[in-house]
Amino acid sequence: MTPVLFWALRLALLLLAVAMLCALYRLLAGPAAQDRITALDCLYINGMLMMLVLGINYSSNVYFEAAMLIALFGFVASTSLAKFLLRGEVIE
Amino acid sequence: MTEDIILGPLPLWAEIVTGVFAVIGAAFAAIGSFGLVRLPTFFRRIHAPTLGATVGVWSLTIATIVYFSVQAHSLFLHAILIAVFVALTAPVTTIFLVRAALFRARTTDIGQKKVPPPSTSRRDNEAPPA
Repeated sequence: MTPVLFWALRLALLLLAVAMLCALYRLLAGPAAQDRITALDCLYINGMLMMLVLGINYSSNVYFEAAMLIALFGFVASTSLAKFLLRGEVIE
Repeated sequence: MTEDIILGPLPLWAEIVTGVFAVIGAAFAAIGSFGLVRLPTFFRRIHAPTLGATVGVWSLTIATIVYFSVQAHSLFLHAILIAVFVALTAPVTTIFLVRAALFRARTTDIGQKKVPPPSTSRRDNEAPPA
């Protein structure tokens, strides 16, 4: 791995870490519940992108499958939380 | 899985393309998340993370495809699954969240009170949950 890709991946990881910290701030400080769910949605997407960058970094496909699982479960979590806010229960 | 291929150095153009797309995707995700902190109300904040869910995911998908394709000397298209899945599910989540926020803003004191009244031809104005 040449220094070009090495430092590009480090920069990408740093930017994604900053993004996750921003989402974490909104998750902890959001005034209403919908703000927190939006922040959780953003947080899992950033974590999934970080998994993809780590997969490139270590040349491993395992991270790719972890990213797909994060996307699946994150969607289920966000949708059911939003449904709970809308109706007061998840499955009626 | 990629087999036990010799992990030789990639050609320089592949590393440059991978690095550029990785940095672009991460930068868009960072800008979107920073908008989540910076924007003042919920109905403005909901727009910001879609930046990371569209350009961020697609750029990193392209970076992954280029890197693993050049490394294994065969086309690696599995990463498109993630991008298509996120492209299908992110709008669904956003619509659910905005409807929930609108419902809560109309029926409770949580959130903003300056939301438009419910339309009479839609089913938005149901009774609050018991």
